[in-house]
Amino acid sequence: MVAQNIAFGIIAAITVAAALGMVTTRNIVHAALLLVAVLGGLAANYVLLTAEFIATTQVLVYIGAVMVLFLFGIMLTRAPIGRIPQMTGATWPVAALSALALGGITVYALIDRFGADSLATDNTVFRTADVSDSVFSQYIIPFEAVSVLLLAALIGAVVLARRD
Amino acid sequence: MLLNQFLLLGALLFAVGVYGVLARRNGVMVLMSIELMLNAVNLNLVAFGLQHDVVSGQVFALFIIAVAAAEVGVGLAIVLLLYRNRKSIAVDEFDLMKG
Repeated sequence: MVAQNIAFGIIAAITVAAALGMVTTRNIVHAALLLVAVLGGLAANYVLLTAEFIATTQVLVYIGAVMVLFLFGIMLTRAPIGRIPQMTGATWPVAALSALALGGITVYALIDRFGADSLATDNTVFRTADVSDSVFSQYIIPFEAVSVLLLAALIGAVVLARRD
Repeated sequence: MLLNQFLLLGALLFAVGVYGVLARRNGVMVLMSIELMLNAVNLNLVAFGLQHDVVSGQVFALFIIAVAAAEVGVGLAIVLLLYRNRKSIAVDEFDLMKG
């Protein structure tokens, strides 16, 4: 238990620091690499929550595929590599205020409602087989809908981005 | 471990993502901040799934990962198209609707 709490503290500190760096850095490539740190920290959190299949998918899909898409997007829009003076719009104080208000209210509500509820650790550990059983029986229709959505997104992206 | 430590981490990441979406000028950075918000929600789903002893939390997290991948594909195509037409992806320069 103690080891897990120490691990969580280290991972959470890295994740939050990387997220704050991501939204404040002036270098867009650094922002992409800090997003990798955030996504990796979340994958570690999923392992702590005994969801190893979600952690694997997170690494494969986000760190593998989505990050490559982001780097392609940065290259193709010819973003200046290096520090950009105007990375943050003029409305940033309003944005900071909104984010602080939202975060404050959410944190207050969570502490008020869940307080010191301990995580139920004696529950069933769901293996990958249980997840796939659920996907292919109870959630088969949403699964098929997601398949069609991915196809539609693929065709839509090709139609939008091709030149002619 | 407490349930709240995961929920509070998710709430903090979500608030940071909201700041990024509202404050950043670069279109690709806005998309990255949206990914941050979606991931914060995923953490909540997995934590509540473990707490309530149901596998649905993990299943929904998987669905969100798939939808986020589709979203970022289409979003980057739109940003690319904007760059091609306007030679800029600064989101505060797209103000054609302003009276």
